[in-house]
Amino acid sequence: MTEIKLNCPVPLHYERIVMAHGGGGRLMQQLLDDVVQPIFNNPILAQKNDSAVLPINSANIAFTTDSYVVKPLFFPGGDIGKLAVCGTLNDLAMSGAKPLYLTCSLILEEGFAIKDLRRLLTSMQATASAAGVSIVTGDTKVVEHGKADGLYINTAGVGILETKQAINAQAIRPDDVILINSDLGRHGLAVMLERDGFDFKSNIQSDCADVSGLVNDLLQANIAIHCLRDLTRGGLASTLIELATSAQVHMEIAHIDLPIHDDVQSLCEILGFDPLYIANEGCFALIVPEDNVEQALQIMRNHPLGKQANRIGTVKQTAEQGMLTLKTEFGISRVLDLLSGEQLPRIC
Amino acid sequence: MKFVNEYRDPETVKKWAQAIADITTQPWTIMEVCGGQTHSIIKHGLDQLLPENINLVHGPGCPVCVTPIAYIDKALAIAQQDNVIFCSFGDMLRVPGSQDDLLSLKSQGADIRIIYSPLEALNLAEDNPSKQIVFFAVGFETTAPTCALAIYQAKQRALTNFYMLVCHVRVPPVMQALLDAPDNTVQGFLGAGHVCSIMGYHEYHAISEQYKTPIAITGFEPVDILQGIYQCIQQLEAETYRVDNQFKRVVTEQGNVTAQQLMQQVYIIVDRQWRGMGNIVDSGLALSPEYDAWNAEKYFSVADIQPDEPKACRSGEILKGLIKPVQCPEFNTTCTPEHPLGATMVSSEGACAAYYRYRRYQND
Repeated sequence: MTEIKLNCPVPLHYERIVMAHGGGGRLMQQLLDDVVQPIFNNPILAQKNDSAVLPINSANIAFTTDSYVVKPLFFPGGDIGKLAVCGTLNDLAMSGAKPLYLTCSLILEEGFAIKDLRRLLTSMQATASAAGVSIVTGDTKVVEHGKADGLYINTAGVGILETKQAINAQAIRPDDVILINSDLGRHGLAVMLERDGFDFKSNIQSDCADVSGLVNDLLQANIAIHCLRDLTRGGLASTLIELATSAQVHMEIAHIDLPIHDDVQSLCEILGFDPLYIANEGCFALIVPEDNVEQALQIMRNHPLGKQANRIGTVKQTAEQGMLTLKTEFGISRVLDLLSGEQLPRIC
Repeated sequence: MKFVNEYRDPETVKKWAQAIADITTQPWTIMEVCGGQTHSIIKHGLDQLLPENINLVHGPGCPVCVTPIAYIDKALAIAQQDNVIFCSFGDMLRVPGSQDDLLSLKSQGADIRIIYSPLEALNLAEDNPSKQIVFFAVGFETTAPTCALAIYQAKQRALTNFYMLVCHVRVPPVMQALLDAPDNTVQGFLGAGHVCSIMGYHEYHAISEQYKTPIAITGFEPVDILQGIYQCIQQLEAETYRVDNQFKRVVTEQGNVTAQQLMQQVYIIVDRQWRGMGNIVDSGLALSPEYDAWNAEKYFSVADIQPDEPKACRSGEILKGLIKPVQCPEFNTTCTPEHPLGATMVSSEGACAAYYRYRRYQND
């Protein structure tokens, strides 16, 4: 029996940015911890939440920003405009805030069709209206042909916390239960299939959606939410690993309880991907105490974005290093670890 | 998913694990040849369902892992030339060469593209007549036919801006090399199912008989692997030495004859260096001279690049099944997926990557 000991984090190997630094895995964490955090160093940033929660006068204001660079701009189930609004609304909702206002900064590439721009802005407006928020300020820049993939969008958002409960990783306790609202892996695959070179036919649609309404239903019902986190880049596994690390707990999820659509599972088999690490855009994890589970599931399943809500795991105990394990269908427990960067299609 | 779900059924898995325990009377060491099998075993924890005296060792069947450093350096040398679009399967990009990897080179501006099929590279060549398109053709007999088809079609379409850097390898010679080694511990093999779907298994009878080593051609799902192990142990216990075909739903004795004929037309059998294992006679496939005009090694004059393998990396011993990843002192100390010493740590099928990903926090 050989004991494997954990070691200090490996130093940044790359002297330049590689794509994997944006992949939601270990390299991105290293970039944030070793380069970004030490320079901006402040206690609010250090909490590493999807939104910063700012006590201003007597209110708690949630504040967040995100940039959207998805290629292609239009994909099954959504487009970059809808994504730019949903993503930021969801980041606000994950701190328990009710979204109020958004910004929109456009970086446009010379030659981009105004017709497409109009279509994307209309999509943004429709998504924002449905959520009851307004896009109130913004910025426009144009860069030379070849410098951007048509357009990039940055949105920032503010919202207000109407709840007194602290919803963050630090509130997670042993014996809490992990729930999710929807099936895994659709957004990442839907986008990938639309890129050049992937000649697969499939019906997979992105799950891109604004979940702030569903979160609001949970808050209104006084569910004791300990933590919320959307399962975007890096998917379910990376998100829960980050949470387990921040909260210094051991979480375990059960393979048989994970909702994964057959089409997603099949494509993952072909490409050698693990659906647990694929990005979602309308799926979130909800961590609540055991006695709130049934009510929370009922509320989620009554909402169009929570039909497949399920209990997927538990917070087992405190663990200094933080750990996520998966109980396989054969009852064996194995570690889920951060990937270095994005998953790459395998050879055979 | 048909042909997947029934092979992952927990009850069936338990039944086969018990069947293995029932017939095992003494210790046996079995090697799974293919990296896809290694990952399935570690990912599903199948080794933990077996009796303690069954030792599974992980074989050399990961194409990324065994590609020698010389070919990574050749790829890097070609990819950084002006006017080149360098195309590769995804998981080659993180494999370290002597100085760099393709992913770093890409970050410095080289036009390196991940493609899923070599035929996409042909389309790129047609769409970009002013560029030179190079495809990095690695892999066993599984990927060799599609790469052969690409070069065959390049000739048919008279493309003058498409090249292949070919470093294909063959399974039977490396199995023989392992059995010939004086420190060999392998008593039975799980043959690589996908390779045999192309090549059939007629080549394996001689190995099984000559070395008195049972071979079970095996698939990749949990039930496949347990059935393969069962077939191997059944033979070892009975002292019989033949080739069994567990993967009947895919593999036939003769394999895919059309694919084999295409390979014979495009490739010749050559000796090949394997990462960490040295030169193995007749273990490689190279482009036949008839296809010199599409041979990247010749066109870009990189044939002379022959660096030494890094010394600290013990992937050779791992690929031969002599040690397990956790027994390497570099594992998870100086060697991690972010800073790999060898390809076994980066490839999606590499044994070190499997242990790092699934077993890093556990005892083994």
